Amino acid sequence: MNISLLDLKKNFQEVTAGLTDREAIEEANRCLYCYDAPCVKACPTGIDIPAFIKKIASGNLKGSAKTIMLSNPVGASCARVCPTEELCEGACVLNHSTKPIKIGHLQRYATDWAMRNDAVLFQAGKKNGKTVAIVGAGPAGLSAARELARIGYDVTIFEAQQEAGGLNTFGIVSFRLPRHVSLWEVNQVKRLGVDIRTGVKVGKDVTAQELLEQYDAVVLAVGMSKVPMLGIEGEELDGVYDAIEFIKETKTKPLTNRFVGKKVVVIGAGNTAIDGATCSVRLGAENVKILYRRTKEEMTAYDFEYEFAKQDGVEFRWLTAPKRIIGDESGKVTHVECVRMQLGAPDQDGRRRPMPIEGSEFFIRADVVIKAIGQTRHLDLIKEFGIEHDGGVVKVIGAHYQTSNPKVFACGDVIFGKGGGEAMVVTAAQQGKETAYAIHRYLTTLNETL
Amino acid sequence: MADLSINLAGIKSPNPFWLASAPPTNSGYQVQRAFEAGWGGAVWKTLGEPILNVSSRFAAISFNGQRVAGFNNIELITDRPLEVNLKEIYETKKRFPDRALVASLMVEPKREKWHEIVKKVEAVGVDGLELNFGCPHGMAERGMGSASGQVPALVEQQTYWVKEVAQTPVIVKLTPNITDITATAEAAVKGGADAISMINTINSLMGVDLDTWNPIPHVAGKGAHGGYCGPAVKPIALNMVAECARHPRIHVPISGMGGVSSWKEAVEFMLMGATGVQVCTAVMHHGFRIIEDMLDGLNHYLDEKGIASVIDLVGKSVHKYSDWGDLDLNYKVAARIDTDKCINCNKCYIACEDASHQCIDRLKDAGGKEYLKVREADCVGCNLCSIVCPVDGAIEMVEVPSEHPPMTWNERQAAIGVLASCNIDTK
Ligand SMILES: Cc1cc2nc3c(=O)[nH]c(=O)nc-3n(C[C@H](O)[C@H](O)[C@H](O)COP(=O)(O)OP(=O)(O)OC[C@H]3O[C@@H](n4cnc5c(N)ncnc54)[C@H](O)[C@@H]3O)c2cc1C
Ligand SMILES: Cc1cc2nc3c(=O)[nH]c(=O)nc-3n(C[C@H](O)[C@H](O)[C@H](O)COP(=O)(O)O)c2cc1C
Ligand code: SF4
Ligand code: SF4
Ligand code: SF4
Repeated sequence: MNISLLDLKKNFQEVTAGLTDREAIEEANRCLYCYDAPCVKACPTGIDIPAFIKKIASGNLKGSAKTIMLSNPVGASCARVCPTEELCEGACVLNHSTKPIKIGHLQRYATDWAMRNDAVLFQAGKKNGKTVAIVGAGPAGLSAARELARIGYDVTIFEAQQEAGGLNTFGIVSFRLPRHVSLWEVNQVKRLGVDIRTGVKVGKDVTAQELLEQYDAVVLAVGMSKVPMLGIEGEELDGVYDAIEFIKETKTKPLTNRFVGKKVVVIGAGNTAIDGATCSVRLGAENVKILYRRTKEEMTAYDFEYEFAKQDGVEFRWLTAPKRIIGDESGKVTHVECVRMQLGAPDQDGRRRPMPIEGSEFFIRADVVIKAIGQTRHLDLIKEFGIEHDGGVVKVIGAHYQTSNPKVFACGDVIFGKGGGEAMVVTAAQQGKETAYAIHRYLTTLNETL
Repeated sequence: MADLSINLAGIKSPNPFWLASAPPTNSGYQVQRAFEAGWGGAVWKTLGEPILNVSSRFAAISFNGQRVAGFNNIELITDRPLEVNLKEIYETKKRFPDRALVASLMVEPKREKWHEIVKKVEAVGVDGLELNFGCPHGMAERGMGSASGQVPALVEQQTYWVKEVAQTPVIVKLTPNITDITATAEAAVKGGADAISMINTINSLMGVDLDTWNPIPHVAGKGAHGGYCGPAVKPIALNMVAECARHPRIHVPISGMGGVSSWKEAVEFMLMGATGVQVCTAVMHHGFRIIEDMLDGLNHYLDEKGIASVIDLVGKSVHKYSDWGDLDLNYKVAARIDTDKCINCNKCYIACEDASHQCIDRLKDAGGKEYLKVREADCVGCNLCSIVCPVDGAIEMVEVPSEHPPMTWNERQAAIGVLASCNIDTK
């Protein structure tokens, strides 16, 4: 990628261009319109892929967008951020003969049309007089809200941030997912009469108890929290960043040029690390290294993400762990002391445990250290709701998404367990939908037994 | 959401999409599955004296890798006993009273045969009858199908016999294997038809196997002409519908078919005068589920155009379809190439050079970059370049203002006639 050091904004424009009309038509007509298609089964939200593609081919773009968004309330974002090789496209029957249909691109083509034309796709259901509070307006919360509103519930979402959309709005880098896409999806939900109260943090501005008293059901869709502490010396130095906060800045504030020419070290090897690293490159960093204590085999980032980072010139240092961050007199980061690792026996989550090789310490020069070693949990809030959890991962009953408090449901990253690979927007969306149906079943049967 | 319901000569259906009489309407199981999927009506696979079918029966043309651009068959009418069909028609109508269920009929050209079958099918509750005067193979050799359908007098006579006893609306299905379809259409109207439908399949031989030299399809090494349908026949069908629609003595509703594959063709047929459409090949290719996009796409189209009811489309383009002699000779368009969009494949150049009027120039700009330009004064506005151009919008056919007022061939001939009769010395 050609990085402009003068016009940083350019670096943050969406990397992949949308399909042209001709490309879309040709690709749509290449789809076989399979019956009981494997691509549909491979989509966590079960989008009727052949149907939406057929509608592109027939020129029914509104219908196409509707088919997509009906199954996936954040289908425009997913068109851009889903690991399609692992999902729908990976399952396309044409993998065996020619090449898979570009389902993600076609999905983007149809939803882009809806965005451009400001299409109204859904209507709210007839009000049933019941109320649901949703905590968190990320993909999970928005999906639950959309479906509940379509059924007829009065839905209020409480969102701590100033804008809704969760990580789609703040966490996934603009050059993969521009904010306006996520905000369009938010608007689709608002149009159904869902009241989204941004800038309201549950646990601080309003208590869990209040929600439990005032609403017929509560959905906890708060995702995960900050990046955890590395637990090493020097973490408080000037120049050490939380990757999610770091990315959020690039999506909410004017781009800063304070990274131009800097040496950046990113710690971790998941989605977040890749996004942090490629963001740094686009902010003009001179050199960006990803340190990971295991090997390429164990990294949770997808192959395409790895390739993308490599294309951006990001260097990978495998089997390398930070031991200490070193700063100068003024408290600014100058080096990272690292230690080489080797893989030992597998641990509980099946991955081989990395172990330091004694005496292998070495230094890497760095002006900036970005921590991307996962996310912590909203423990305080979970405790405030008094629901069962496993180290901050809220426990739910099977596919009912009901927590130990029958009135409280949970979905999305807040129930995402450890060792499950990477959390995905599309899974959060599906869980949000299913949570809505579970609440409907719960409140209807409750009503019947009363 | 627009109102999609139609009323074709008294046969009502919740939407204009019917299944044509063909394999998809062979049994109650199938038609009921189709109704569940949302089809508005179905014309049952043609009933008559049970026949014997051959194996194999179908073939299709792939065009540049796209399968089923055209489809062909040598299948006959139903091969199931009449009683079984009647029982299933009865059950189907009972389960789906709001859908149009029409029985397609074909019997020997004898008055009592027609009377007998009409009474039998009406007794089980059909909404209408469709007389199959169109099947081009097998039945024709026995004096039925297109053998009757090609002779206006036979069409009129048999329609008349049916009308003598029929209680429900009678649709006459016409064969395209005739020079002028309005002749048989008019005969049907004269015989009392309440509506006409078209087209049945077109005589065809799909191909010859380059290795075995067998016709395609073949039955034990031998073939016979079949009936052609599917996307490739749409232009032929659309013309026939339009010709009938604009004919002053053919004033009955038309059920259009032949190559309807999506909501778009349905709109075209309706604009050209059809009250509804029938579909066979597209369903044979993809299944009943295509109805979902047909309804959805049609709805969005109507909403976008601000049209409240689909019947408001019917015939809206008919007045725009006339004879060559009524076209304005002084209207002129010329090709214009958008060099920003052009990818320099030179397809337009060679098409115009070798097959049209040699009016595209290959030029170089100041930087030595090649570009193409149409000499608009020489361009006859044939459309060929824009047809072969692979880039949407790279060649636009723009209207060239004419110095002369509009004049058609007919007007011109009339004017010359007047001049000649005036005996003016024009030399
Ligand atoms: C950097 C990064 C890149 C990623 N890339 C991808 C990708 O490419 N593809 C993919 O599929 N997935 C990706 N993911 C994962 C994906 O973003 C998440 O799985 C998904 O957003 C989870 O949705 P959610 O609704 O559960 O949580 P979130 O999106 O985290 O939303 C939770 C919301 O709850 C709000 N909230 C939290 N606490 C409170 C409170 N107390 N009161 C009120 N509101 C509160 C938060 O502000 C937030 O808006 C990525 C994640 C990260 C961090
Ligand atoms: C295999 C096959 C069998 C058909 N059988 C009948 C029939 O029994 N009666 C009839 O009226 N038309 C029959 N047709 C013609 C169709 O009803 C229809 O007129 C024609 O296929 C054009 O429509 P399409 O282009 O949508 O296929 C048959 C067509 C096919 C392909
Ligand atoms: S599997 Fe591939 S070809 Fe088949 S419907 Fe899905 S995208 Fe189309
Ligand atoms: S489609 Fe069915 S009936 Fe026809 S040849 Fe194949 S298996 Fe046999
Ligand atoms: S055919 Fe179209 S793309 Fe090709 S040279 Fe002509 S104008 Fe350009």
